[in-house]
Amino acid sequence: MELTTLWFILIGFLWIGYFVLEGFDFGVGMLLPIVGRNEPERRATLRSIGPFWDGNEVWLIVAGGATFAAFPHWYATLFSGFYIALFAILVALILRGIAIEYRNKREGTAWRTRWDWTIAGGSLATALLWGVAFGNILQGVPIDADKEFTGTFFTLLNPYALFGGLTFVLLFVTHGAVFLALKTDGVIRDRANRAAWAVGLPTAVVAVVFLGWTQAIRGDAASTAIAVLAALAFVGGIVANRLRREGWAFFATAVTIALSVVSLFVALFPDVMPSSTDPAFSLTTTNASSTEYTLGVMTVVAVIFTPIVLIYQGWSYWVFRKRVSVPPPIVES
Amino acid sequence: MDPLLLARWQYAITTIYHFLFVPLTISLGFIVAGFQTAWYRGGNPVYLRLTKFFGALFLINFAIGVVTGIVQEFQFGMNWSDYSRYVGDIFGAPLAMEGLLAFFLESTFLGLWIFGWGRLPKGVHLATIWITAIGAALSAYFILAANAWMHHPVGFTFNEAAGRAELNDIVAVLLNSTALAMFVHVIPAAFLTGGAFVAGVAMWRLLRHPDVDTAAYRKAAIAGSWVVLVAGILVVVSGDIQGKLVNDQQPMKQAAAEALWDTSAPASFSLFTIGSLDGSEEIFSIRIPYALSWLATGSFTGEVQGMNNLQAQAVATYGPGNYVPIVPLTYWAFRGMIGAGTLAALAAAWFLWKMRKGRLPSRGIVAVALVLPFVPLAANSAGWITTETGRQPWVVQDLLTTPLGVSPSNGTLEVVITLVGFTILYGALALVEVALLRRQIRIGLPPVEPEGGTSTDGEPDLALGY
Repeated sequence: MELTTLWFILIGFLWIGYFVLEGFDFGVGMLLPIVGRNEPERRATLRSIGPFWDGNEVWLIVAGGATFAAFPHWYATLFSGFYIALFAILVALILRGIAIEYRNKREGTAWRTRWDWTIAGGSLATALLWGVAFGNILQGVPIDADKEFTGTFFTLLNPYALFGGLTFVLLFVTHGAVFLALKTDGVIRDRANRAAWAVGLPTAVVAVVFLGWTQAIRGDAASTAIAVLAALAFVGGIVANRLRREGWAFFATAVTIALSVVSLFVALFPDVMPSSTDPAFSLTTTNASSTEYTLGVMTVVAVIFTPIVLIYQGWSYWVFRKRVSVPPPIVES
Repeated sequence: MDPLLLARWQYAITTIYHFLFVPLTISLGFIVAGFQTAWYRGGNPVYLRLTKFFGALFLINFAIGVVTGIVQEFQFGMNWSDYSRYVGDIFGAPLAMEGLLAFFLESTFLGLWIFGWGRLPKGVHLATIWITAIGAALSAYFILAANAWMHHPVGFTFNEAAGRAELNDIVAVLLNSTALAMFVHVIPAAFLTGGAFVAGVAMWRLLRHPDVDTAAYRKAAIAGSWVVLVAGILVVVSGDIQGKLVNDQQPMKQAAAEALWDTSAPASFSLFTIGSLDGSEEIFSIRIPYALSWLATGSFTGEVQGMNNLQAQAVATYGPGNYVPIVPLTYWAFRGMIGAGTLAALAAAWFLWKMRKGRLPSRGIVAVALVLPFVPLAANSAGWITTETGRQPWVVQDLLTTPLGVSPSNGTLEVVITLVGFTILYGALALVEVALLRRQIRIGLPPVEPEGGTSTDGEPDLALGY
C-alpha cells in the first residue's frame, strides 16, 4: 500500500477515535441541563465523563498534528480556508473545557448554572460545526490552482453541510445518552435511557437522509454499503437501548459513528479536499502529502505508540468502569 | 490594516499567553508529585495536605494551558498556511509526536490522578501524577524541537520544484543542538516559575495567617525557595550554553540583543544602551569591557559580529532588505528576562535567610510574597520575546521570511475578528483563573482525612475532582 493511502486511513482512524470518544462527552454535555435537575445529579452526570473528556480531546489534537505532518497542504488549505468556523470551534472548545473543569472549583448556584449552560452550548456548537466542516469537505469547496480556498465563511453555510451539522448533533446526543445510561445509576440512568429513545428515532431518520445525500453527492458502492451498515448499527443501538441492554447499545452507537466516518472517508478517497471550482484543483492524498521519508518516519512512530496509547487509555476506562451514583447532597460551607 | 501585522500580533498574544500557564503546569506537576511522594514514603499527613492544596492550584492552572494549547496547533494552519506548506514536511512531525507521545500520556494519567484517589492502589496512584508530569515535560521537548528548527534548520533539503523544505534526517531535527539547549534552559525556567509560585503562596499564607498550619506552609515555602535557587543556577548555566550557540547560529540575534552595531574584538557587554530612535545607532551606553566576548565565545578577546556588518553580509547573500530585528525590543526583552529571573532568585534566597533555623519572617515580606509568583512569568515572556523577535525578519532562519508565511486567503476583517475574539476571551479567562486561585489560596490546606486520603467507596476526592 502507498504510504499516502496508509496515512489517509490513519487520519481517518484518528477522527474515528475523536468522534466516538469525544462524541459521547459532547452528548453528555448537551444533555447535562436536561438529565441533571439538581446539583448532585449534575455533578454525577459530569463525573461520568470527568476522567475521560480531556484524553478524548487529545484525539483531535493528534488528528490535527498528523494532518500537518502527513498532508501539509490539506492542513494548510483546510485550516486557513475554514478560518472563522475553526475559530468558532476553538472558542467553543475553550469555553467548554474551562466550564467542565471550573464549575466545581467553587460553590454558588449562579456560578455553576452559568458554566452548565456553557458546557451544553459549547458541546452543541462544536458538534454542529464539526458536522458543517465535514459536510463541506465532502461536498467540495472552492479551491483554486494554488490550493487556496477562495470562498468565505458563508460559503460553508449551505444546506447539505448544515444538515451534516444537525446529523452530528443528533448522533452525539444519542451516543451521549446511551453512554450516560451505561455509566450512571438511578434517576439519571432512567432519564438518559428515555432521552436516547426520544432522540434516537428522529436521529435515525436524519442520519439516513444525510448518509443518502452524501452518497448522492460523492459516493460509490463501497461507501454506500458502509453507510447502510452504519444505519443498521444505529437501529440496533436504539433497540438495544429500549431493551435496556446498555452495553450493547453503546457499542452499537460507537460502531455507527465509526462506520459513518469510514463511509465519509471512503467516499472522499483519493481526494482529501475536493475543489468545487475545478476537479483538477482538488487536493488528493498524493498532491497534498509529505515526502515518503517523512511518512515513513511517522509510520514507525505511529506503529509503536498508537497501541501503547490504546492500552493505557483503555486501562483508564477499565479503572473507572463502575457506574456513577448520584452523591448525597453536599453541605456547602 | 495589514493582515500580516494582525496575524503576527495574534501569534504573539496567544503564544505568550499560553506560555504563562505552561511552565507552571510542567513544574507544579513535578512539585505536587514530590509532595505526594513524601507522603507516600513517610506517611506524614502534612505532605498529603500540601499535595491536595497545590494539586488544586495545579488543576486550575492546567485547564487554561490545555485549552489554549489547541489554539497553538490550529493557528499555524489558520494564520500561517504558507508557512505550513513550506515547513509541514518537517515541522508537522514533532507536533504529531507531541500529541501521540506526550499529550495522551498527560491527559489520560491526569484523569486517573484526579479521580483515582481511593480507587487505585496508593503506589499506582502516585505513579499517575509522575507520569502526568513527565508527559508535560516530554511535550515541551517536542515543541521545542519544532521551534528550534525555525531558529536553526537542520536535517532537510530544499525542494525547488515543490517550493518547500523537506525532511531527510529526523534524528538531526530531534537532536538539534538548539533544541537541546532550549530544553535545558526552558525546563529549569519552568521550575523557577513553579518554585516561585509555591514559595510565594506559602509565604503569603505564613504571614497573613500565622496561626494556621504554620509548619506545613513553612515546609512549602522552604521547598519552593530551594527549587527557585537550584533552578536559577541551572537557568544561568544553560543560558550561557544557549548564548554561545546563538552567537554561532544566529549572530544577528546576538548582536541585536546586545545592541552591538560594529563588529568588535574584544566586545564589551552593554549594561545600558540608548540608541537613536530608529534603532540604527548607539547614542549612549554603559559597558563592561571584554564581557560580551567572553559570554559569546568563551574567550575574553573573541570577535563578536556587529549588526552593520551582518546586515551587509545578509544583503549580499539574500538580496536587498532589512535583516536587522527591532533592536530596542530584543535588547530590552533580553535584559528584562535576566533581570526578572535574578530578582526571583534573590527573593528566594532572602526567604531562606529569613526562615533559617526555625525563624519566621517579618510581615514586611508579604509584598514580596505577593509579587514573587508573577516575576518569573515576566522573565519567561521576555525570554520568548527576545528569541522570537531576534530572529525577525525570518520565520525560519535564513530560509523563509515572516511575510511569506502568512495565509494568503485571510482578509483583514477575518483576522481582526479572531484577534479581538481571542484577546477578549483570554483576558476574561485570566480574570476567572486568578480569582479562583486567590479563592483556593485563601481557603488554605484541606483538612486531614481519617483514611489518609483514601475514601473507601470510590467517591472521588472533592478537593480535586467532582
